[in-house]
Amino acid sequence: MVTRGFSSGRRPPTDGDARIPPGQYLEQGFPVLSAGPTPRVRIEDWSFTLKHGPRPIKTWNWAEFNALPLTKMTRDIHCVTAWTKFDTPWQGVLVDDILADAGLEPPTGFTLAHAFDGYTTNVPVKDLTAGKAMVALLYEGKPITPDHGGPARLLVPHLYFWKSAKWLNGLQFTTHDEPGFWELRGYHIYGDPWREQRYKDDP
Amino acid sequence: MSDAAAVQSPWQTVRIVRIEKRTPRATSFFFQPSRPFAYRAGQHVDVRLTAPDGYQARRSYSIASAPETNDVIELAIEKLDDGEVSPFFHEVAAIGDEIELRGPLGGHFVWPEDENGPLVLVGGGSGVVPLMSMVRHRAAQNSSVPVVLVFSARVWDEVIFRDELITLDDRQHGFDLVLTLTREAARRPADYSRRVDVAMMAQAMARLPEPPGLAFVCGSNAFVSAAAQALIDAGVAAQNIRTERYGV
Repeated sequence: MVTRGFSSGRRPPTDGDARIPPGQYLEQGFPVLSAGPTPRVRIEDWSFTLKHGPRPIKTWNWAEFNALPLTKMTRDIHCVTAWTKFDTPWQGVLVDDILADAGLEPPTGFTLAHAFDGYTTNVPVKDLTAGKAMVALLYEGKPITPDHGGPARLLVPHLYFWKSAKWLNGLQFTTHDEPGFWELRGYHIYGDPWREQRYKDDP
Repeated sequence: MSDAAAVQSPWQTVRIVRIEKRTPRATSFFFQPSRPFAYRAGQHVDVRLTAPDGYQARRSYSIASAPETNDVIELAIEKLDDGEVSPFFHEVAAIGDEIELRGPLGGHFVWPEDENGPLVLVGGGSGVVPLMSMVRHRAAQNSSVPVVLVFSARVWDEVIFRDELITLDDRQHGFDLVLTLTREAARRPADYSRRVDVAMMAQAMARLPEPPGLAFVCGSNAFVSAAAQALIDAGVAAQNIRTERYGV
């Protein structure tokens, strides 16, 4: 349905239409969105735990985690609130390298990411491995600010950005695909921006 | 009817039936839905505009009306000069125009089903919109849940819904309005003229008969960060604070 009097003339300038998923617009800034207050997680209180169901497999403190191989990943990111940001530069530890350090083959096909503020989000294992995702520690070469999920956040850039959990403190393998915080509150179980999987009734 | 037709698009066409200027920068648009639209106070909608060349722009807007008046949905839209959707509404949209709308959306920043203790609402600028839906819902339900709304605006004339909020405040039925103006002197005796801070939050909560069960904070990211921290410093547990940020 064409909207009377609306033209694409106000569209923000873009140099890469093919990189913008349907319904998204290009954003130059880096908006902050979260469901509650920003937690201030001190490095000395930080830890990351890999779990299989209720069972902890391995826990790293900040120094141990930072001793894992660091990988650079520069990616476009897509927020469900309709902004897309090009070429965001992150550094962190690939999920592949976390699993290797734990000596763990993925025991199930699904995970729930957990955060210090109680936030959770579900991501299938196939979307985390083979270099697709990392636990990011640096943004633009500097520690990630609390607003953007520091000290460490999940980065799954090919899914809507609510999947890239801020203030990450664990990854739990689950037997089934268990919906997380936003997935229980009307958002899509998978969240592929190229298929516009924003809300639960999207195909 | 074929099976394909039974699968309803999540988008529906809505018609603008009323336009009301609220402040120099915020205008309320009232939309008549084409199919039933049940929502909860605090939820938002996505709005989609389509250009003749097929280009579409979508934005999220909070609902200002109460769920009890869902035959017409009110969105109060602030004009952003460098925006592409809000200038359309402010400069082009007219009564009788149709746009596409999807919703209701969001299941977190909503009036709680189980009214468990008083509520603190904190809004900055047009961040008051989803809180207005809650305040109107409370009034429509004749709810006895004590509510205090701390509303920060730059100046008196930018206090969206000002007359309606003051009228509800004057009823003294358990709804308290605290206005704070950041660029003007306070106009009412108990109001403030400064940015939100911990003392203001403590004094606002002292108007409630008991500590709040939940706090809802909405506005720009800078406002929400400051207000949420002030609430925490005033003794509200972080897990009881729900936020909605415009992103910038």
